Amino acid sequence: MLRGLWKLTWVETKIFVREPMGLIGTIGMPVVMFIFLGRTFGAAMPSADALRSPPFNVPILSAILIAINAVTSLVAIIAIYREGGILKRLRATPLSPVTILSAHVIVKLVFTIVSLALLVMAGRRLFPGVMSVPLFSFTAALLLSTLSILSLGFIVASLVPTARFAQPISAAVFYPMVALSGLFFPLARLPLWLRVVANALPTTHAVSLMQSVWNGGGWTGHWSDAASLVIIAGISSAIATRVFRWE
Amino acid sequence: MFQVSPSGTTQYSSDATMPRTVISVSQLGKRYGTTVAVDEVSLDVYEGEVFGLIGPNGAGKTTTMECVEGLRRPDRGTIAVLGLHPQRDATALRQRIGVQHQEAHLQKRIKVWEALDLWATLYPGAVDTDALLAQLGLESKRNAWFMTLSGGQKQRLFVALALVHDPEVVFLDELTTGLDPQARRAIWELISGIKARGKTVFLTTHLMEEAERLCDRVAIIEHGRVIEMGTPAALVERHCPQRRVVFTTDATDAAQSFHRIATLRSIHSDGATHTLEGTGDDFVTDVINVIAREGIRVRGFRTEIPTLEDVFLKLTGHGVRD
Repeated sequence: MLRGLWKLTWVETKIFVREPMGLIGTIGMPVVMFIFLGRTFGAAMPSADALRSPPFNVPILSAILIAINAVTSLVAIIAIYREGGILKRLRATPLSPVTILSAHVIVKLVFTIVSLALLVMAGRRLFPGVMSVPLFSFTAALLLSTLSILSLGFIVASLVPTARFAQPISAAVFYPMVALSGLFFPLARLPLWLRVVANALPTTHAVSLMQSVWNGGGWTGHWSDAASLVIIAGISSAIATRVFRWE
Repeated sequence: MFQVSPSGTTQYSSDATMPRTVISVSQLGKRYGTTVAVDEVSLDVYEGEVFGLIGPNGAGKTTTMECVEGLRRPDRGTIAVLGLHPQRDATALRQRIGVQHQEAHLQKRIKVWEALDLWATLYPGAVDTDALLAQLGLESKRNAWFMTLSGGQKQRLFVALALVHDPEVVFLDELTTGLDPQARRAIWELISGIKARGKTVFLTTHLMEEAERLCDRVAIIEHGRVIEMGTPAALVERHCPQRRVVFTTDATDAAQSFHRIATLRSIHSDGATHTLEGTGDDFVTDVINVIAREGIRVRGFRTEIPTLEDVFLKLTGHGVRD
């Protein structure tokens, strides 16, 4: 059913582009945040000695927001599609359930790349000198992170009662994850139980992996983060296939 | 007209006089939690007929239909569609049936042609989608977003999506609900067209007029049970045999002449207007014969024949929209 997958992915891409609010919100917002925070705090890495060092890693926060926005957008789309019977209608076709959901994942990953490209282009213009990023490697890290959080998104999408609640519920689930990701304060400062929670969340490993790659440290030494993201994606997908509601 | 795909239709061994059973439902039961949606439904749908499941909202029509389509797993009972098991043979079945859901939507910003093109991709041997659009009167809406279509246009698009792979059986759930009379009539013509091409149509409706017009046979369903089944005419004949003739005449003793009609039940006269009630198919003819024989000059004449609506009212004790 590969033909169906590409056609559905293409149609969903066009539909996504036709909604200006969705486009600006999910693609543009992280870039705007990046520019704003970069202007305020600087886009360089935080460091202990520099007096005017930013309080947190602005590029990584922006990148993780790209992933989170992709996920909340997915949750909202699933909720709307379910409420309108669109998922049910698609499921009555020869399309397999996995194909229907994969199309949405692909669309989200594609726009994640677009958003990252915009961010890097803006960074190179506005903050010269701090944007020497290994692009290919970083894109791969961001895509893996997004995929892992997306699979969690399918579980959240199953819990959302109606489309109206999609936005607030996914915000309530995913923004605290960012807060706990180690971006704003070292995880070592947390009590043990919260550290355990943080380590079970994809965002924590995403931040750790992306920070290393951004700094030129590469994936070496962070394979455990990458593995964690893959494992979380696997477990979430397995749970999602059980709890996912089509109507 | 549609292009008929060369594949798809299988050969049937049954002899020509016996209609082939396309859908067979036996002792179907389905509950949601403690709510019994379908208590016990058994029915057969024959090849080439339009079969209607009629009843009020919440009677179990949609649940029954969705079990037959394979979208829901029944708690008990057996279902066969084109000889296939709706769940086990879901993949094979989906190629051969077309469905339209109640109150369905598509993506708000999908264009009409994109929806049809997507659906056509999913089935081998899909029909010419442009011809389909033209036939459903949607060619001017080809590039319109779904959200900009009127209710009738949306329903026509859903019919198009149900027909895009030239299926053998078409399922239509409350197709005309919420449509204005004109759009409804257009949809009715479409369904007649589907039947004319030899398809089997299984539909649900709570509009008795719609059932009477479209359906070869209907099953009346209430509280999850089939309470009556047959052709609309046979149901009317069986349950509501009374006929009424109302005529106006200036002849003063006109009413006297009709007492000889054996099937007459009552005469009610109000000035020049007389209302005769009787039973059976011959009653109206008998009245006409008396009028002719007696040479009664009639100024106005009309008959009132019961409809499926009356049958429903009689069987359930309430109207279908209550």
